[in-house]
Amino acid sequence: MFRRSSAGAGSKAATSADGSGAGTGATAGATTLVSAPSVTPVELHSVPPRSFLEVRDLTIHFPTDDGVVKSVDGISFSLERGRSLGIVGESGSGKSVTSLGIMGLHNRKKTRTSGEIWLDGEELVSASPEHVRKLRGKKMAMIFQDPLSALHPYYTVGSQIIEAYRIHNNVSKKVARARAIEMLDRVKIPNAAKCIDDYPHQFSGGMRQRVMIAMSLSCNPSLLIADEPTTALDVTVQAQILELMRELQREFNSAIVIITHDLGVVAEVADDILVMYAGKGVENGSVEDVFYRPEHPYTWGLLSSVTRLDRVRADRLLPIAGTPPSLINVPSGCAFHPRCAYCSLNGDRSTTEVPLMRETDPGHSVACHLPRDTRRRIWTEEVRPKL
Amino acid sequence: MTRYIIRRLIGVVVIMWLVSVITFTIFFMVPKALGSNPAVLFAGRTPSAEVLADVTKRLGLDQPLIVQYGKFAKGIVVGRDFNNGPSTAHCPAPCLGYSFKNNQPVWQLIVSDLPVTLSIAVGAAVLWLVFGVSIGVLSALRKGSIFDRAAMGVALAGVSLPIYFTGLLALSYVSYQWNILPNVHYVGITQNPIQWARNLLLVWICLSFLFAALYARLTRASMLETMSEDYVRTARAKGLPERTVIRRHALRSSLTPIVTIFGLDLGALLGGAILTEVTFGFHGIGKLSLDAIGNQDLPIVLGVTLFAAFFIVMANLIVDLLYAVIDPRVTF
Repeated sequence: MFRRSSAGAGSKAATSADGSGAGTGATAGATTLVSAPSVTPVELHSVPPRSFLEVRDLTIHFPTDDGVVKSVDGISFSLERGRSLGIVGESGSGKSVTSLGIMGLHNRKKTRTSGEIWLDGEELVSASPEHVRKLRGKKMAMIFQDPLSALHPYYTVGSQIIEAYRIHNNVSKKVARARAIEMLDRVKIPNAAKCIDDYPHQFSGGMRQRVMIAMSLSCNPSLLIADEPTTALDVTVQAQILELMRELQREFNSAIVIITHDLGVVAEVADDILVMYAGKGVENGSVEDVFYRPEHPYTWGLLSSVTRLDRVRADRLLPIAGTPPSLINVPSGCAFHPRCAYCSLNGDRSTTEVPLMRETDPGHSVACHLPRDTRRRIWTEEVRPKL
Repeated sequence: MTRYIIRRLIGVVVIMWLVSVITFTIFFMVPKALGSNPAVLFAGRTPSAEVLADVTKRLGLDQPLIVQYGKFAKGIVVGRDFNNGPSTAHCPAPCLGYSFKNNQPVWQLIVSDLPVTLSIAVGAAVLWLVFGVSIGVLSALRKGSIFDRAAMGVALAGVSLPIYFTGLLALSYVSYQWNILPNVHYVGITQNPIQWARNLLLVWICLSFLFAALYARLTRASMLETMSEDYVRTARAKGLPERTVIRRHALRSSLTPIVTIFGLDLGALLGGAILTEVTFGFHGIGKLSLDAIGNQDLPIVLGVTLFAAFFIVMANLIVDLLYAVIDPRVTF
């Protein structure tokens, strides 16, 4: 149900493996839960976390006048310090909502959150908002998509970094200013001592994003969440920013969660990947597993939809048919079934039963009703040749 | 920036000149178009023939329009003499005209009534700024709550009810029936500051009620917009306490449109709050101009028009410059 990152400390994965190894489509072995895709109840609350960041069955719903928007509906993953997790999915898949949920940035009055978020041994969902606030910026930091709108236009870059630093460290303005210059140097902003008194609009896009990174890393957070950090930037600048993030990760040994819809970015930066669809995780594994041995039809679709110049023109764009589902009226059973070409192979099961994340290989889990062998066959014979 | 200021100041002069030309022309062309003697307007209500002749001579109304305007313009800069032979009425600079009815230069009349208008305007401005903005901020933070709905409801009333309604109501109950703030008449601030404030309190409350309502609604809208900005989310993500997020990040940006409007409102009010002054019986510039209109005392009307126009134009300039001070993205 929740995966353990494999390459890290060499400890065993404690997940429940796919019950029926043969995978004939029969329901032998694994109990089927028709409704809630939750972790087996005994695992919540009683088992302490084994990873630095561990999210268990996180659910974030927004009650609205039109209905309850199920933005995140039972997400589980884990991450160690020094490693990067890329969360991939379409718009509306719940990636950003998850990250804001980890940071505690949702309006408590308008959100219904359940599940567990364990950060360095502390549970955040049940913690008081004031406690989570103290962790924000210090233990966990976030950088946002558009650095121009994410930085306050009326304050200098320096004063915003100083503010971020002084809120968690009781130091004088002089010390904080020196720290700000140091951070700007670290993110390779030229002439930092002078640029510190400039305003955000005086920087270029790439420089602004560096400023944001400097600001979020000023208190040495152990967890950095980057929400589409390069989407608003040129491709060349994108590479620089990603390289910078990797360097800083090595230096600070921070855990990075990078949220993106760009598979190229994920391939560059991530060690592990979580693929999300309609608020649920559908595939979770290392970068190699997900790129070379994907086992979910949605992941196949994502990989196929990357435009390739070396294909025949008619085949260059292979979109996934259909549109992202409404999060108020999520399709029954497997949320992806209306768009899945292999849905019928499961008979009625995909329309009635929600697939749970099950391990298919050590460190690699998938939420799909198709039997393992069938998935692998489809991948090897049908999907991969077309890529 | 200095170049911009100089350019704008030249613009002020040009606009003032234009206003003076247009106003002057209207006041002289209209009677000519109506076929009546312009001297009548300057002489006051139902003048006798001798007075008419006297005024015509003094003002040089028999001279071409351009010459008349020239004399008028010169008068503003260096002062002017109204000479009819035997007697001369001297009008020192800035000479905005001479009121024959009151036998005084218009400027004198304006200056003597200015303290009243100033007191009313500035006092009300402080009140409406403080209350309007704070209620607006609170409403935005508690959007949808009972406080918010009540505040906006009262604000709607404030915006819809004219000052002569609220003012008369306030006078009749608070001042006369309940005798809380009796005897509302103007006392100079230099004479008796406490009395000055006490007597003006009712005026300030009524006048600011109108504006505070407007500012509350405006601040609320501006605040709501700012609170949903990305940089507010970043501020929270840094771990700042909510108070600091609101005060340093949201409020500062949302006050920009408020400052702009405030400058313009205050500028306009300094030209005379006619309805307010009449309702409460204060003799400020508003009352001065109203009386002048009633008495057909043209020089005063002309003078007050120019005076008010000047304030509005200057307020516009100051507000534009303030914008650059507040928002570092604005450059000239």
